Order: sequence, then C-alpha cells, then structure tokens
Amino acid sequence: MKQLCVVAALVCSTRVGAQPVDSNSVLIRNATVHPVTGPEIQNTSVLILDGRIAEIGPKLAPKASIRIVDARGLHLYPGLINAATNVGLSEIQALRDTVDLDELGLFNPELRAASAFNPSSEHIEVTRAAGITSVVSLPGSGSRRAGALLITGQGALMHLDGWTWEEMAVKPGAVMDLVFPEINTGPAQAGAPPRPYKDALQQYTDRLQELGEFFEQARRYQKAMAARAPDFRRDLRLEAMIPVLEGLQPIAIRAERERSIRDAVAFADEEKVKIIIVDPREIGGTGPLLKERHIPVILGRAFQLPMRDDDPYDAPYTLAAQFYRAGVKVCFGTFDVQFARNVGFEAAQAAAFGLPRDVALRALTINSAEILGVGDRLGSIEKGKLGDLILTDGDPLEARTNIKQMFIAGREVSLESRHTREYEKWMKRP
Amino acid sequence: MRRICVLALLLSAIVGNSAAEALLIRNATVLTVTKGTIPNGSVLVEDGKIAAVGENLSAPAGATIVDASGKYLMPGMIDCHSHTAIEGGVNEGTVSDSSMVNIEDVLDPMDINIYRALAGGLTVSNVLHGSANAIGGQTVVVKLRWGKTAQDMLFAGAKPGIKFALGENPKRQGYVPPSVLPPGRPAARRYPGTRMGVEDVIRESFMEAKNYREDWQAYRARVARGEHPLPPRKDLRLEPLVEVLEGKRYVHAHCYRSDEILMLLRVADEMGFKIRTLQHALEAYKVAREIAEHGASVSTFSDWWSYKIEAYDATPYNVAILTRKGVLVSVNSDSDELQRHLNLEAAKSMRYGGLSEAEALALVTINPAKQLAIDDKVGSIEAGKSADLALFDGHPLSNYSKALRVWIDGHEYFDRDKDLETRPDFERKKKALEDKDNGGPRLPTRR
Repeated sequence: MKQLCVVAALVCSTRVGAQPVDSNSVLIRNATVHPVTGPEIQNTSVLILDGRIAEIGPKLAPKASIRIVDARGLHLYPGLINAATNVGLSEIQALRDTVDLDELGLFNPELRAASAFNPSSEHIEVTRAAGITSVVSLPGSGSRRAGALLITGQGALMHLDGWTWEEMAVKPGAVMDLVFPEINTGPAQAGAPPRPYKDALQQYTDRLQELGEFFEQARRYQKAMAARAPDFRRDLRLEAMIPVLEGLQPIAIRAERERSIRDAVAFADEEKVKIIIVDPREIGGTGPLLKERHIPVILGRAFQLPMRDDDPYDAPYTLAAQFYRAGVKVCFGTFDVQFARNVGFEAAQAAAFGLPRDVALRALTINSAEILGVGDRLGSIEKGKLGDLILTDGDPLEARTNIKQMFIAGREVSLESRHTREYEKWMKRP
Repeated sequence: MRRICVLALLLSAIVGNSAAEALLIRNATVLTVTKGTIPNGSVLVEDGKIAAVGENLSAPAGATIVDASGKYLMPGMIDCHSHTAIEGGVNEGTVSDSSMVNIEDVLDPMDINIYRALAGGLTVSNVLHGSANAIGGQTVVVKLRWGKTAQDMLFAGAKPGIKFALGENPKRQGYVPPSVLPPGRPAARRYPGTRMGVEDVIRESFMEAKNYREDWQAYRARVARGEHPLPPRKDLRLEPLVEVLEGKRYVHAHCYRSDEILMLLRVADEMGFKIRTLQHALEAYKVAREIAEHGASVSTFSDWWSYKIEAYDATPYNVAILTRKGVLVSVNSDSDELQRHLNLEAAKSMRYGGLSEAEALALVTINPAKQLAIDDKVGSIEAGKSADLALFDGHPLSNYSKALRVWIDGHEYFDRDKDLETRPDFERKKKALEDKDNGGPRLPTRR
C-alpha cells in the first residue's frame, strides 16, 4: 500500500501555466520509454503537441504553458490495440435490444460499424482501463449459424475516446468483415440436431458460388461506373465493394480451419483482393501460403479449448507462435465485448507458449496498426505518430501491472469506469 | 468410435503417473500460501502426504528427486464451481426442485477436460449441478485423478453439497412462451417465473423438509417406546434437504443480484440452515456485511460482466471489496476453459483492488479449500497435508508462466515434458487411424 501511495504521488502531474483540461499537448518526463519499434530508452521525455508526438529525447525543455507529467519510475508504452471486438455495438449480450450485430442478409458490405458505435457504451471506459486505446469493432459476431452470414459489413477502427462516433473513428472502413463459407454440420439453431454432411457440403458449395457471383457483379458495377454508362444507377451494396476490389480495403476473412484458410487464400488469389485471415483455430500447412503472399492474421482468443478432443492441450496457446514461426505477421483480437479488455492477457498466454515476448507486445501495437493500414499513425512511440500512450508501473501484458495514465491523441483520458465507480461507492458502505 | 480409439490412445500415452515411495522437490520457490514464501525451498513427500517443508531437506534413500531450480511450487488449485466430468446434461430442468438427483451418479472420468485442467495446475473441483432450478441436484467434490475410475475421483471426507439457483436462470422456463421454446424443451411453462417465485419454491421445499423430518422423528420416538408403527415413506427429494437442515450437506447457491442474495440469507435464517457459498454472486459486494454476518462465503468470477442484465452491475473489484469487508472469497471457473488458468484469474485481483500476492493465491487454493471444509487436507503446502502440488516455470501470478508438473497425493498426473515427448508417436497413431477411416476418396478442393 505504501508503495502505491509513493507511485501515486509520483504520478501527480504539474502544470506550467494555465491550460484547458482537454488540451492535447503534454510533456511526459523521466519515463522508461518502450517505443516498440526500437529498444527501450531509460529516463526519457516525450513531447506531444496538438495530439502528435513531436519529440523524444533525454532532456526536453518544457515549453511555456504546456502540461508536464513526471513519470519517474513508470513505463511509457504505445496504447494497446484490440484488432477485433464488438465494442460499441453490443452492450448486454443476452438482450437483443442492446445488440447491433449480424444484420439480416448474406451480403451487407454497405453496413458501417462506425455509425452504430455507441459512444456512451459502458464498455468503452471498461476496455480502456486495461491500457487499450483503440479497438476494431466488427459488425458481425462471427456466428456460423447455418451459414447465414457472409459479408456482415465494414469493421471500424475506433479510438476509445471522443464525444461522438465520428470523433472516435480512426479508420471507419478499416476492414470488410467476411465469414468464409465452410462445411459445417453444426445444428441450424440451439437444440436442433446436427445437419447431414451432404446438406452441409451443398450449402458450402452454394455459398461459395454466391460469393463468387457477388464479386463478379461488383466488378461489372465497377466497370459500369468507371465507363459512366448512361443507364448507370447507384447501388449502395455494390458501390461499397469498390474499395475492396481496388485493394484499398482488406477483407477480414474469418476462416477457422486449415481448409477454410486455403480456400480463402485461393479466393483472394482469384479475386486479386487484399485479405487478413481472422480467428483461425489451426495453421495446418497454410504457413508458407500466407507468408509468400504477406497475408497477416488476426488471432482470436488463446484462452479457449482445443478444437478437437485429441488436439494437444495447449493447441490454442501455441497457435500464435506457430503462425509467427511460419513468418506470418500476427496481431490479436477477442471477438467479443466483455473480454475486449483482456487482449493483453491473450498475447501474454501466447508468449508463455512460445511467442517471443517482444513479438507479443508488437502484435498488440505496431503489428495491429500495420495490418489495419494505420502504421503511419498508431502502434509505436515515434515522432509524427498520434499521442496514444499509456503510463504503467510494469509490463502492460501482466495482470499484476496497473495502468496509471492514458493519453489518446495527446489528450489525457480518465481510467475510471462503471467498475471503479461501484468500487468506490460500495467500499464506503458502513 | 474413432474418437474413442483416439482417446484410449491418449489415455495410455499420458497416464504414466508413478507411485513413488518418496518424492523430494528441491530448490523451488515454494509458495506455501499459508506460511509465506520459501526461496530455495524443498518439499518432501511421503505416502502421498507432505512430510516436510523447508530449506535444506535431505532425501530418504530411494526417493525421487526433482530439481526445481528457478521454478515455483504452489499447492494444487481448487475450483469451487465446475461442471467438468459430468456425463451429458448438467441440468435436470423439468422440476423446480430437483434435489433428488446426484452428480456423483454421472461422473465421467474420461472427460478430456480433466486432463486439460490438470495441465493448468488444478487438482480439486467442486462439481455442481446446473442452475435451471431454484433447488438443483446434489454435488460432489472430486480430485482430478485422471485415468482412474469415477469412484476413485471422489474426494474422501469432503462434505457433499447441493446446488441452489436464484434469478434469471431458474425463472427462465417460467416466462418463455411455449411457442418460442427451442425444440426438445418441454412445451409447458414451469413455475417459478419470477424472483418471488424462486423464493417461494425454496421456502415451500424447506417447510416440507421440516415436516418430513418431524414425521421421522415421531416415528423413531414411537419405535424407541417399543411401538411398531409404519415408517413414513422415504422421500428422495426431501432427504438431502433434511441433511441441509442438519448441517450435513452444504448449500452452494448460484446468484447474481444483491436483493436475491439477501433474500436467500433471510430464508435460510428463517428455516434454520446455513448458506455455505454464494456462487457467482456478482453483486455480493453490495451486501458484504450481511453475507459475513450469516457466515456465508463467496465464490465468484474474476471479471465476468454484462453478458446478461443481472450481470450488468458487476465489477471485477467484487473480490477486493468482499475481502476487505471480511468475507471469505474464492475465484472459480464454471468453465472447462477457464479452469485451465485459475492462477491468472486470481492475478486480476491484484489489478482490481490491490490484493497482495498471498491474498491473490489464496483465492484459488486455501480459500476454496475452507469453503469446501477440506482445508485440513489441501489448499496449502504444509506438513501433514496431501501432496497436491503444481510446479510452474515462473511465478504463477505472472501471465507469462505455465504449469510444468502436477501431483495429486504425491502421484504425478501431469508432466509437460512427457506430454510433449508422446506427441509425435500419438500423432502417428492418430493419423494411421484417420487414414483407415478416410479410406474413400478425398474431397475435391475448391476450383
């Protein structure tokens, strides 16, 4: 406890001159800086001006009227990124009225997670308290119920701070969310019997064909639009596919098994689109395929059971290391809401089972940023990048570590949440 | 069939636990939980029990010696809320009071999740009936003796329990219109459909149990007087409730909201029995004082919340608030997955509320042992207790650590090196089986 008080005292910041509370300029001094893209630097200062990292150096002089944070004894890391969640789109999982996931229909590329992202969701504060400064929010839950989903919409990369979703959006159309067809004999709904293999195979073939046809339609639309055909009429669904066809927007393809991953890669080759493999449960022999094409992976939770009874007990734990050793760039997502804050622990578990620790940290920062196409803005402590930073008393992937302060685009954000408020309120009950 | 063959292979491959006469684990950082930490400590095991704990212990002749330099030894972990190793469904959901059914009758010692849990350092589980009924089935405490029979898994001397459930789960079948019930569920609605009804079910059942007990008492009194009356009809539903009234069976009550927790404590007070553990109890922090006064304890999740409305007022600080207010707390899994890393669940209490390392470790060792009244046998590394031990490659409260070896009663039930060694051979055998199974042509690949 005494130790805590000392740290708390150290964290107390001083101000030079009067500055509005929501200033996005700050000088953080005497921190152990972990730039992620370079080696750790002791006793260093980081200057953030107008939301961006302006300077990093041992002795930066305070400019007039800029806020100074003395971070002696603390560590400065880039804010963590959870590359796949449903934060902002789902509040209470069991109450459909509070959930905006999995729209009806097979092809919904025009749907935008960003504009349904609830900026008042309690999950935003709860998630960022764990050191996470931005998340990708996907419009689909990933459910494969009866193969009823293909393209669920556009996943958005969101800052976990802002008054409106518009202010929070870092990259509103970060990825196109596609649940890749697979042969799935699982029941059509809870309690129903499994489906015969023949039916599942038929549905898989049908879905693949529909997917191919949809892309074909989108290409014709793209040509018609470019040709300014006289009878051309706008079609929102097909228009939303153009960034995908142009290779500007990656498709986040959910592919669990080796076969689906191979299928997804073949699909990408044929359609000449950029893809990210999402939430795989095994690597099989797909490592070289992915490496050769520079296709990255957003890993799902390490904390899950092996797929099959006879898989090694640690199969989900070692999966990240397997992809890494195959030369594939990895990052992490949790694909949910309540455990979005635990993405750091997922990466640490992967590190306990073979992923190098520095790679686990990179996976949560610079890798995510690069995979999501914002490597120039997020993911490391480098001059010119956004001031998304966390001050901690240790390794942010450890549950024992406390996240002491957070800055998003240079602005200090509160680490209070519904959870801390309950704590403070009820500790006082006589 | 294929699955059974493969499982059998797996079993034969990894059940190599040897019954050493004596075992000395030395040079470990020993986290005793109750008696502090011994850097460079040794633990001597004889006849399945911890014979000595100290700094320089010498091995008796013929003892197996494990050099644990740089590693951490902790007591095997205890999960106060598990459904692992239950064959088939966990709920007898057709009645509001299913106290006649017993988990002991449906233990499946072949459940692979037993081995997976061992591999995370877990050695004891409180295996509970589900939460579909206000009063659920009878529960049982087991040791994860993988490879042994269901009978051999039972924790000798552990008091049996019974599951209660409050709130959304037990009332669910009371308010779902028959038209939207999923296939396979009973079409009729089942009382209760409200929290008020849940309270009523429990009170009614205990009124009956008390009457039943009186009938038997009267019968026995008459027999003692030399009369020859007909005995009352034996009631398998009320028998376990009488055991609860007599303190011979523990109540483990699934609950969420503070109102229902308080309700249950008051009903128990009225009927004259005790609630042993409040399970989940995500809002227990609001009634910590009342829980402590009743003498109940809490077994909760580290950080679950928001999955349903009764979990929306949850806070991961629950553990810390309860601990500071004098309530005995454990962190449980309720999950085949989560039980694989209870040490990491415990570590979260250090971030959420600043528990010390010792307090955090206690949440998954000595505290659940106390809740199940087996703390004289397990839950800490002390001479005289069972040699239920887990060896980690780093501090078990670090997210970068993993379990390497696990012993129950001095027998080794998990060894990561052995597990890794057997994998290539296992994969070969598995592939041979699969090739036989897939004798037909392979599926065409796409395009």
